[in-house]
Amino acid sequence: MIDKKYPSVAAAVADIPDGATVMIGGFGASGSPVELIHALIDHGATGLTVINNNTGNGEVGLAALIGNGQVSKMICSFPRSSQSKVFPALYREGRIELEVVPQGTLAERIRAAGAGIPAFYTPTTVGTILAEGKEQRDFNGRAYVLEPWLKADIALIKSEVADPLGNLTFNKTARNFCPLMCMAATTTIVQTKKFVARGGIDPEHVITPGIFVNRIVEVPDPVHEDTLIAEGRSYP
Amino acid sequence: MSTGWTREQMAARAAQDIPDGSYVNLGIGIPELVTRFVPAGREFIYHTENGMLGMGPPPEEAERDLDLMNAGKKYVTALPGAAYFHHADSFSMIRGGHIDVCVLGTMQVAANGDIANWSTGAPGAIPAVGGAMDLVQGVKRIYVITQHTTKTGEPKLVETCSYPLTGPGVVSRIFTNLAVVDVTPDGFRVAELAPGVTFEEVQQNTGAPVLPPN
Repeated sequence: MIDKKYPSVAAAVADIPDGATVMIGGFGASGSPVELIHALIDHGATGLTVINNNTGNGEVGLAALIGNGQVSKMICSFPRSSQSKVFPALYREGRIELEVVPQGTLAERIRAAGAGIPAFYTPTTVGTILAEGKEQRDFNGRAYVLEPWLKADIALIKSEVADPLGNLTFNKTARNFCPLMCMAATTTIVQTKKFVARGGIDPEHVITPGIFVNRIVEVPDPVHEDTLIAEGRSYP
Repeated sequence: MSTGWTREQMAARAAQDIPDGSYVNLGIGIPELVTRFVPAGREFIYHTENGMLGMGPPPEEAERDLDLMNAGKKYVTALPGAAYFHHADSFSMIRGGHIDVCVLGTMQVAANGDIANWSTGAPGAIPAVGGAMDLVQGVKRIYVITQHTTKTGEPKLVETCSYPLTGPGVVSRIFTNLAVVDVTPDGFRVAELAPGVTFEEVQQNTGAPVLPPN
């Protein structure tokens, strides 16, 4: 019987190699898989390329991974926010690389990778500096730029409910990039708040089908990045 | 110089130009105030690009759901009939032309409808685009709400944007503290003056020729 459950977050991330490309789900704090990220900090893989909408907040979660010197490149749409300090400091010192991608293009590049579509045309960035160097083509008199798919070795994802096959549901706007990243990574690792038996999720309500998921760890009472920041916490 | 419209009045004036039943995406800042001034008898459905239609007002602190945020990463609520979806669906709504109106703040708008609202392009500035470039290319109608000038008095309505563009030729109407200004094939044209504001004042505070109201 297929059972994708892993005993711990540490076991689930133990084989992530140096230099891996890692997608991390979440939009700001909502949907951020904090326990998996902290396990990756403990694990210590370095030279990572990380794909996320942002660059983390405070000194926990993604910001702590960056602050620990494990990330050599960020691919994101919005690398700064009122509470993001770690990434901006490293970036200004030239110690971390940045690829800025418009949010919708970022989502579609990830989706395309999961769907086996190597590139697509979008009107987003036409006429701006972010279109420089990109192939352009007109369709029906309108200009579009060519954007390549975006794949990853690993995806770290937080779900609300998972079953042993990896079928997932999410909670409200914590869904964001997660279903796309599950499709686009070679190995998708999920921390779930609730782990249920087969049949515990109505097939009509499955958001991410289990075929896109490889490993599941139950984290019944996940911490929230905003709560940690409000408490002034840092990691490790 | 007269004061013209307040931030709230600018938002209220913009709300007047959004048709009943519109799917609306609001930028951060003054555009967020539009929700307070929906004209009687109209319903707007708010889209937030991080994955919800039917976004409601901010919750009381005790009612906060940490997994329910808007694109500005502020806590919000979901109205009855709301829907959640992932980012590719959310930007299909934007890029696919399904969102009717987007109201944005800006640093500059040019007389040809170019908008620059994502980066100053200054050395050392960290570029952060978010969903702005997708919104301006995909949403059917792009409105801008902005003070007419910067805090130091520089025009924000200009002949050519000096900051890097978010998108070319996309803005249709601008709501400022001084006037409602349309982007036309002939450049800026005043559609309406704020109370107590003269056409000459608008021209003096604009970095490009302005046509008088029709």
